[in-house]
Amino acid sequence: MAKTEQNDKEQKILLVSSSPHLIEPASSKRIMYEVVFGMLPAVGAALYYFRTGAGLILAACVCSALLAEWLCNVVRKKEQTITDGSALITALILGLSLPPELPVWMAVIGTVAAIVVAKMLFGGLGSNIFNPAMVGRAFLMGCFGLWMTTWTAPVTMQNNPAVENGAVKNEVAAVTGPTPLALAKQPIKDAANADKLKKATPNQVNQMFKPMFFGQTSGSLGETSAVFWLIGGVFLLLRKTITYHIPLAVLATAGIIATIAWWANPEVYAHPLVHLFGGGLMMCAFFIATDPVTCPLTKLGRIIFGVGVGAMIMMIRLVGGYPEGVMYAVLLMNAMTPLLDRWTRTKPLGGHVSAK
Amino acid sequence: MVIAAEDSKKVAGRFSFSRGVHPAEHKEIAENMPVRRVQPASGATVVVPMSQHLGAPCKPTVEAKQEVKSQQEIGSSDAFVSAPVHSPVNGTVKEISPQPHPSGRKVLSVVIKVGDEQSADNEWQELPEGFAEKIDKLEPEEIIRTIRKAGIVGMGGAAFPTAVKLVRNENKPVDTVILNGCECEPYLTSDYRLMLEAPKPIVAGLQLAMRAAGARQGIIAIEDNKPDAISTILMEIRQLDNIQLAICKTKYPQGGERQLINAVLGRVVPTGGLPLDVGVVVVNVSTASAISWACAEERPLTERIVTLTGRGITEPGNYLVPVGMMLAELIEQAGGLTEDAEKVLLGGPMMGPSTGHLNVPIMKGTSGITVMSRAEVCREPETACIRCSRCVDHCPLKLVPTKIAHAVKAGDLETAQRYDLMACIECGCCGYICPSQIPLLQYMRSGKAAVQAAKRK
Repeated sequence: MAKTEQNDKEQKILLVSSSPHLIEPASSKRIMYEVVFGMLPAVGAALYYFRTGAGLILAACVCSALLAEWLCNVVRKKEQTITDGSALITALILGLSLPPELPVWMAVIGTVAAIVVAKMLFGGLGSNIFNPAMVGRAFLMGCFGLWMTTWTAPVTMQNNPAVENGAVKNEVAAVTGPTPLALAKQPIKDAANADKLKKATPNQVNQMFKPMFFGQTSGSLGETSAVFWLIGGVFLLLRKTITYHIPLAVLATAGIIATIAWWANPEVYAHPLVHLFGGGLMMCAFFIATDPVTCPLTKLGRIIFGVGVGAMIMMIRLVGGYPEGVMYAVLLMNAMTPLLDRWTRTKPLGGHVSAK
Repeated sequence: MVIAAEDSKKVAGRFSFSRGVHPAEHKEIAENMPVRRVQPASGATVVVPMSQHLGAPCKPTVEAKQEVKSQQEIGSSDAFVSAPVHSPVNGTVKEISPQPHPSGRKVLSVVIKVGDEQSADNEWQELPEGFAEKIDKLEPEEIIRTIRKAGIVGMGGAAFPTAVKLVRNENKPVDTVILNGCECEPYLTSDYRLMLEAPKPIVAGLQLAMRAAGARQGIIAIEDNKPDAISTILMEIRQLDNIQLAICKTKYPQGGERQLINAVLGRVVPTGGLPLDVGVVVVNVSTASAISWACAEERPLTERIVTLTGRGITEPGNYLVPVGMMLAELIEQAGGLTEDAEKVLLGGPMMGPSTGHLNVPIMKGTSGITVMSRAEVCREPETACIRCSRCVDHCPLKLVPTKIAHAVKAGDLETAQRYDLMACIECGCCGYICPSQIPLLQYMRSGKAAVQAAKRK
């Protein structure tokens, strides 16, 4: 862009470039690392609750993501992009959405799928259609369905002194148990099954707000703790790294649908707070759905996108076959993004340019 | 800022438009420097381009070797949208030939060798006695004729012939004249100094413009980062019932015509239309001052205040400069460039084009020269668009710059135009805010140029 010309009079090299000549100090890299910073509370919580297991999975995801991106750039003979922070975000989001006892090599496969297939094959940062971390997770769901739905309770919930010390990996089989959302799903399944005499109620899960809020439940590494995502999300909002449109739309839509269902039939449907604090909803609202690359450009588009994600999540949770639906909801709405951009084409101040 | 109770009716505050950006102002570099007059040395040359305005270029009305007097007309045109040019000095015409022009092309110009004897300096602060009372007796047609003869153009940058703006249109009556004293460009302080040091000609110019256009109210718009200018102007308009002061938020591009009208009056200028379509004429404060002097003593526009600013200039300040003076000479009189001067801008940093050499003249529309030092110049490399939509959220026209830029990059002018490429006012907010340092405005400009070229075919 810039070329230099010589001023013969003073032998001074003057730089010539197009205006504007002032640039706001924020860079894309800084935006990325702000997101990473916002995820630190959740990462810390995962390490606290799941100890070595979490550490291994997250480390494996981060290393394999950076290595995969580095290799892709080498093969494509492109400038290296591994320091731009985006691979780090993908690795952390994917890692935090995996169950704690998943074998490390599976996590690596998922990460490679996320970086290579979902991001680099589409052209790298900015060109991917789908959220890479969610593609990676979907890939693992397809390959290792059973492993992906086996949930270990946090070590802090297991009264096992060997594990409490943290340093020793427990030799006893880890305590596994249903996630709160699976507990919430059971009454819905039972209600549909007319033959079943003893039907489950959501009473048990309705008692679990506090552990769900602070992370004392079973679930994937990052989805047990709503409060830490909330802290990170508020940080991103205050830093203006993200705008409020998507988080608000996702949470409001999910909350409203959950409330309606609960009002209609509290015997079958769990309390709305279970849905708001349970599963990956907080993580999705602030960190997954807000991925700028895969969400719409316009404000209205972002609101529709958020409403779609929230509605789809609740649809899957209340009606569909899975207890949790963040991944499919985000991927489906990602596919809608180009269309939403088109539908919400802004009208300039003063109206469209008339075709003359 | 404290505003006396009796003035509260005169002032309304906190006007703004939606979106836009808040670049660092850097006005402190030159804002406290009083206006200083500079003159080209005798024997030096001044270059007066025949095209210093939007519209038809002038034809020279003098010949080589001819003696010219200061303020003598040296180029004019019969076209409706045009403005004559005048000699800023006494001297001899050296040649009439294409000369380097701030636009980057060469433009036919009259080159004048500055003579030894110059006439006395023009007064620029105090209007002649009794002129203020005469304003109401002047005929609108006469005012417009005088403005046209004086070669006055918009001095805020766009350089649209002012007389054309003020001509009455039966179908589109004007009810408001807005005087633009926002000076929202960072660094620049020429309008601020003028408001501070010579408020009377500005207010008189507004009254003249209102009379010419047939407007019943006048509004002077000033950004709230200039409290001194606000109180100075307020003193001048106390006794005038039909003139108000609007304090606008400091935000870029508050002084953009469309944004200002929207902020102050809540009216929206249609895309492709003019302020006239919503009954408004916007005049820059420097232009208003020039209107006063034209009507007071038939003085043509041959000098203007230019801010010389930035960390790359030794003596930043506000200079009263003859139009046509060479940039190199002006900079020399201001102590020259510093060691680390790196970029010279003809205007402010948001909209001003950069120049690779100092062989260009100061024009009627040159409100400032910003010389950026190495430290001020941004050299971050361009990275991939992450679709963060900051350009969309900050575009004051509600365009989708990244979409348009990508379409232009791909040569898809049809998509670019469907997303209203041609509505872009080139304010530069998108390029300023982009975290990936993508030269969005450059794509917009080249796209617009390509569309216009295609239309001409």
